[in-house]
Amino acid sequence: MSAIPDPTSEPTSPASGSVFTAKAGARAFFEAWPPMVLIALAWIALCLVVVAFAPQIAPYDFLALDLRARLIPPVGMGGDWAHPLGTDELGRDVLSRLIQSVRVSMVIAFLSTLIAATLGVSLGFLAAWFRGRVEQAILMLIDAQAAMPFMIIALAALAFLGNSLTLFTILLGFHGWERIARISRGLAIAAQEQGYAAAVRDLGASPWRIYFRHILPNIASTLIVSMSLNFPEVILLESGLSFLGLGVQPPLTSLGNMVGYGRDYIQSAPWIMLAPAAAIVITTLAISVIGDWLRDRFDPTLR
Amino acid sequence: MTSPDLSAPATEGETPLLSVRGLARHYPVRLPGGLFGRPGLLKAVDGIDFDLARGETLGLVGESGCGKSTTAKLALGLIPPSAGEIRFDGAPAPAPARQDAAWRARRRRMQMVYQDPLGALDRRLGILDQIAEPFAIHAPATPRGEARERAAALMDAVGLRPDMAARFPHELSGGQRQRVVIARALALEPDLLVCDEPVSALDVSIQAQVLNLLDDLRARTGFASLFISHDLKVVRQMADRVAVMYLGRIVEEGPPETLFRAPLHPYAQALVAAVPVPGRRRARTALRGDPPNPVDAPPGCPFHPRCPVAIARCATERPPLLRDAGRAVACHLAPASPAPASPTPASPPHAAVSAAA
Repeated sequence: MSAIPDPTSEPTSPASGSVFTAKAGARAFFEAWPPMVLIALAWIALCLVVVAFAPQIAPYDFLALDLRARLIPPVGMGGDWAHPLGTDELGRDVLSRLIQSVRVSMVIAFLSTLIAATLGVSLGFLAAWFRGRVEQAILMLIDAQAAMPFMIIALAALAFLGNSLTLFTILLGFHGWERIARISRGLAIAAQEQGYAAAVRDLGASPWRIYFRHILPNIASTLIVSMSLNFPEVILLESGLSFLGLGVQPPLTSLGNMVGYGRDYIQSAPWIMLAPAAAIVITTLAISVIGDWLRDRFDPTLR
Repeated sequence: MTSPDLSAPATEGETPLLSVRGLARHYPVRLPGGLFGRPGLLKAVDGIDFDLARGETLGLVGESGCGKSTTAKLALGLIPPSAGEIRFDGAPAPAPARQDAAWRARRRRMQMVYQDPLGALDRRLGILDQIAEPFAIHAPATPRGEARERAAALMDAVGLRPDMAARFPHELSGGQRQRVVIARALALEPDLLVCDEPVSALDVSIQAQVLNLLDDLRARTGFASLFISHDLKVVRQMADRVAVMYLGRIVEEGPPETLFRAPLHPYAQALVAAVPVPGRRRARTALRGDPPNPVDAPPGCPFHPRCPVAIARCATERPPLLRDAGRAVACHLAPASPAPASPTPASPPHAAVSAAA
């Protein structure tokens, strides 16, 4: 306040200063970590723990039948804590099955998104680097993929090739690659005309270095948002196919598989399908929120 | 063809480091008129010759759009020429079309400093990593620690503090960014450094620092340099020899002191007269009109529509670039021997130059 330091005012100034910084600190914390993002991160962390330790966490074996305890409602709907989320028509514990389903669905969605991203980024960069005929061929592939509903392709492939978890995961990896390829091609073409990529090329860098060390990190924010949109879509697609009986086959279970088999009891025992349905909604939402937030975090100029 | 490292004699003055003959770069364009516009040919660079000896600095001046930057990119082999030949160290330059391994290896010996340092740096990498990048590209066997040490030494050489090593380009000032670009360009001790307007994006006080830095580094490492600028003062300070470009051609060449004291070509005279001099209170010569469209260059001397002293011959016959005693000029009216040129630019030999209104 005053330019001349006053010894008597000294005890008060650090106090007021600390109040100010504490307030700013809390605000800064929530600006960097918005509450929505914290909740989403917590949910995804919980999912990851479940994925890692599913057999240890689950109270029962997800395949264990207990015919004396069939269709027990969950806690809050008249059930007890022996089966917190109730049991299904064969007396299997819904919570244990949910934990196993989250594990299966998350692993499938993660691997498939990874396949789609790798495929999309590689083809997009190839198109951007070679241009000409290679680019035309890749663009034609992209258009062909985009023109056909993926569900039809998936149904046909599963009908012809039979079903196994590996094949199913790889098949879902072909979902969404065309969007990522299109985005990465466009961004790479734009980026290679920019100064930094031209400068690295002028230094004599190999295309590999230009694309994966310089252009990829610079366009990663957009790709991450695109992947975070792809991830929930794969979960939903997996759920849809499993709901139709073409995805994950019993006795193994997944979120869509649970919803699909729970629909017969939607009036008498809605908890069988509500629990996995809620898990699908919350997980997809959480991933979208985190993807959006990551985009901002990855940009050093916005920090 | 033998390896360029062995074939070239190291003796100075025998083989020029960079030798350019009849270099041209034409771009096909479509003239205005939409779909029915007729195709034209934009002659960005239209047949230029120059030699650059080891350790020499050639300044290239001229107004915007006269082909300075295109010349730089051609000389570096970043874009293929439409015609002409570039020999680097006695050997023809590898074709830039494919950007194959030979072309990439050649980058090691010729580097570039850009006009916009922020654009030339990757904004997601710390500056030490970027300065160390040439080692990773051209000497991948270098241990990571050694590359970082050498990069740190380069940072010191260009006057960047060690604590800036982890900073990102956007956290530096313009002058510091240009120092990063210079450090990266000099990391592998190239023989040729092309500076394309290296200081025109910087403010004047920083310009002087960066120019002094470049001069110091040149004295220390002895690279040859092609120094492009529209700023005559900058070129005068840096260059051993100056070439004035107009519409894709060199119109005058010579040592900076004599060229700027007594320019022979009317265009060079107008350029020199445009430099503000403190205390000078006399009418400045000003050029009439705009530079002609390079798609539709006038016949004869390309400068004749704007030239204050043009004669009938200028409109029909293109003057060749005549060399004489270290100077060269492309003008029909230039005196045969440049030696007795008038001592001041205020009264050049044919100074019926229109005064600024």
